[in-house]
Amino acid sequence: MTGEYILRVEDIHKKFNDREILRGISFNVKKGATIVFIGPSGTGKSTLLRCINQLTEPDRGKVFLDDEEITGCGSRISGYRQRIGMVFQNFNLFDHLTAVENVEIAPIKVRKMKKEEAHAKAMEELHRVGMADWAHHYPAELSGGQAQRVSIARCLAMDPEVILFDEPTSALDPELTREVLEVMKDLARSGMTMLVVSHEMGFARSVATEIIFMEGGRIVEQGSPLEIMNNPKHPRTREFLGRIEHT
Amino acid sequence: MDPITFLTQILAPALWKGLIVTVALVVLTAPFGLLLGTGLALGRQYGGRALSTACSGYIVFFKGCPLLLLLFILYFGLPSLGLTLPAFTAAVIGFILCNAAYNSEYIQGAVASIKDGQMTAAQALGMTRAQAIKSIILPQAMRRAIPGLSNEFIYLIKYSSLAYMITVVELTGAAKIAATRYFMFNESFFAVGIVYLALVTLTTYAVGRLEQRVAIPGMGVKT
Ligand SMILES: Nc1ncnc2c1ncn2[C@@H]1O[C@H](COP(=O)(O)OP(=O)(O)OP(=O)(O)O)[C@@H](O)[C@H]1O
Ligand SMILES: [Mg+2]
Repeated sequence: MTGEYILRVEDIHKKFNDREILRGISFNVKKGATIVFIGPSGTGKSTLLRCINQLTEPDRGKVFLDDEEITGCGSRISGYRQRIGMVFQNFNLFDHLTAVENVEIAPIKVRKMKKEEAHAKAMEELHRVGMADWAHHYPAELSGGQAQRVSIARCLAMDPEVILFDEPTSALDPELTREVLEVMKDLARSGMTMLVVSHEMGFARSVATEIIFMEGGRIVEQGSPLEIMNNPKHPRTREFLGRIEHT
Repeated sequence: MDPITFLTQILAPALWKGLIVTVALVVLTAPFGLLLGTGLALGRQYGGRALSTACSGYIVFFKGCPLLLLLFILYFGLPSLGLTLPAFTAAVIGFILCNAAYNSEYIQGAVASIKDGQMTAAQALGMTRAQAIKSIILPQAMRRAIPGLSNEFIYLIKYSSLAYMITVVELTGAAKIAATRYFMFNESFFAVGIVYLALVTLTTYAVGRLEQRVAIPGMGVKT
């Protein structure tokens, strides 16, 4: 099994105040895969993503990146986080920095890249997400869709091996959602490994290699988009898909 | 002596010397007060239980202790414990200890007002907490703390006159000495009042300029 998977998640458990949020989650991710997570609110999808890059420490279970265990690795976690990008629902751009400064700051401060080199790299990534013209604007001057695209560029500037997306479009209206999904589709097609929490089923249908349906802190069903969307086996999955298609 | 001669020949040179001392007190206090205040705020916000309790204890103590009393302890009290400080040094130390306690309140409030997502995003990019605090949190928090910190700076200009109570002849002291010797109280105190007013006005103007220079769209200071 060595080398086959870029990311392995083994039996993750997490409690908050005695409430079990994750009850044993396991899955493997092949390089270049796009896995879409769906499931009702409060089911632990965000918690799961945060357990992967250890923003939240799981109570039990292991996470491996390229066969290196990153759970319980202490201060070495910053090194692993550089290789795992994360995109947030609320963008979380650094408010005091322009778009290009947002993108270049981690390469400069974390990877100790030279300023000019980091700047060139940042402009390249902004170009990739169609935001080069907005390089010198501050987050408050960007629309939600633009801000999210900058935050994707900020991830890309660290050359991550995997990117975690936590409901990247659910704060956006449909018009802006589309421009962000386009960028994500391009990324998926370019071979980026992506874990995406999202209920955008159109996106899932066109680029997901696998859909995972979670409920109550467990994986209820997983499979290809065709299997899950056209022929879900579990009644809970069917019910949930029925519900989101009507909203 | 006629008032004009007093003002030009006696008071003006005395106030000039006093002004230099006042400015020296303020200029030596402010950077260290800011540094120590930042350290206290960060210790309280991000330190473990022991450190954050120690920082809170410091703040309670130095906010509760009257500054004049603190200066008396530093100047008149410490020699009996074998530590004799020059009056000017004692004043600067007292001011720093007090100034830092108040500064830290403004800075901590500003740090606490920065959304959690900023720290989360920084850590997700691979920054350590220390890197995130330095590059992401403090640059935002300091901007928000400017109004509070500048008020504190203005207080410092004014309470620096307490140094006279431990023999440091600064502005107020210089005016008092001239006034008493020549029996020109109103002239002296009115003149020194104008000098303080000028200092405070200058500071207010400089802070306004600073705020403009570091202003960032959408990060306007909430009042
Ligand atoms: N730091 C925390 N402390 C306490 N409870 C938490 C914490 N983080 C999450 N929770 C709780 O864990 C549960 C699962 O949260 P999580 O955000 O992972 O769900 P989700 O599947 O992402 O939901 P949504 O679709 O609403 O984003 C929620 O009930 C939430 O209140
Ligand atoms: Mg969530």
